[in-house]
Amino acid sequence: MSEMSTPSAATPPAMPSPLRLITTLGLIAMLSGFTIVLIYQVTLEPIARNHREALERAVFEVLPGAVSRANFTVIDQELIRLSDEELAAADLFAGFDEDGNLIGVALEAASRGYAGEIRVLFGYAPDREKIIGFTVLQSSETPGLGDKIETDPRFLANFEALDVRLDETGEALANPIQPVPEGAKTQPWEIDGITGATVSAVAVARALRESTETWVPLIFAHQDELAEESE
Amino acid sequence: MSATSSKDKPMTATTFTEGLWKENPVFVMLLGLCPALAVSNTAVNALAMGVASTFVLLGSSLLISLLRNLIPKQVRIASYIIIIATFVTAVDYIIHALSLELYNALGAFIQLIVVNCAILGRAEAYASKHKVGHALVNGFGMGLGFTLALVLVGGVREILGFGTLFGVSLFGAQFQPWAVFILPPGGFFVLSFWLVVFAAVRRNRERKEAAHGA
Repeated sequence: MSEMSTPSAATPPAMPSPLRLITTLGLIAMLSGFTIVLIYQVTLEPIARNHREALERAVFEVLPGAVSRANFTVIDQELIRLSDEELAAADLFAGFDEDGNLIGVALEAASRGYAGEIRVLFGYAPDREKIIGFTVLQSSETPGLGDKIETDPRFLANFEALDVRLDETGEALANPIQPVPEGAKTQPWEIDGITGATVSAVAVARALRESTETWVPLIFAHQDELAEESE
Repeated sequence: MSATSSKDKPMTATTFTEGLWKENPVFVMLLGLCPALAVSNTAVNALAMGVASTFVLLGSSLLISLLRNLIPKQVRIASYIIIIATFVTAVDYIIHALSLELYNALGAFIQLIVVNCAILGRAEAYASKHKVGHALVNGFGMGLGFTLALVLVGGVREILGFGTLFGVSLFGAQFQPWAVFILPPGGFFVLSFWLVVFAAVRRNRERKEAAHGA
């Protein structure tokens, strides 16, 4: 076979039998399959742990001052406390400071961006009725443009105190979150956009609006219950 | 076959450097243009893509060189593609397991490496015909050449489009970025600019060599 490394030789080498071709390809494909399954199995646990840790970090990031956390799920408008390990099944995460006071609740929101789904986590403080923190969990926005939703300090400043007050009925937001063009923000419930990344910024605003419209009234109504859950 | 078959040749500096300059995958052979255009809007992205591609290039060169006498040539391309795809998938999982941050920064690009024809080109043109040592050194040179090309394109695009290089601001706040260079058309402009530069330098050098030879 080593003599065949330059196929320009005068007589073409004999065609190997089809069986040989099929066996070679089959063997390579099988080996490839085994390798991938093996690597998948080995990396499954670390990958899940990475995601869990990233989510835990994100919870504390969007709730400045929080040092402990409690996981909750919601069934029929009622909050159910979950164990610490059931992070993945939780709908919301309550964060408490050192003295056990409720700082706020971290919630997930998602919508379609310019290039696939954008998933974000934001912190809602029921006592102040504001969004107090924000971080992007997952996005595949264009590097250098759409990914400014994760890095642009001016855009992130929107979420230090974003107004999500409820109206008199307590069942809807007084002012739904609105995206506006860059530099046009005049109201505390508006999100100042990013020039060149309009689609991504609007997608974030839409995710937050939909999520806040669903969750904020519920959490606001249950905030006393949440405040008692600290350990 | 004569005794001086290419695989018996001693390793020379050219084995390594041809990928950097004489046969630079992007600027000379025009291979791997898809990632070179798509992932070169900042110097950091370009560097990350270059490093990941180099890694896959090394791994696939190693395997293909090891298996070169076992694969009949009628099914070689299919075999190479399976090997490269396996390697890319493995790299994808491993990076995901090692660091979520790195994965998020590279995630969208890693799968793109499968279709980088510079890697298949190396497998076909070099690794399948040379000993493991040669194949690794040559693959590494090609990977560096690819990285260099991407960083050159990405650097110019970042400077013009953001006014920064590797995230460091160069011109201060009054700089008005040229957004077109971040967008796909900018990739074509900058790539063609570098192609002209490289072609001009190469021609100049060839002319000089010809003059010396005469």
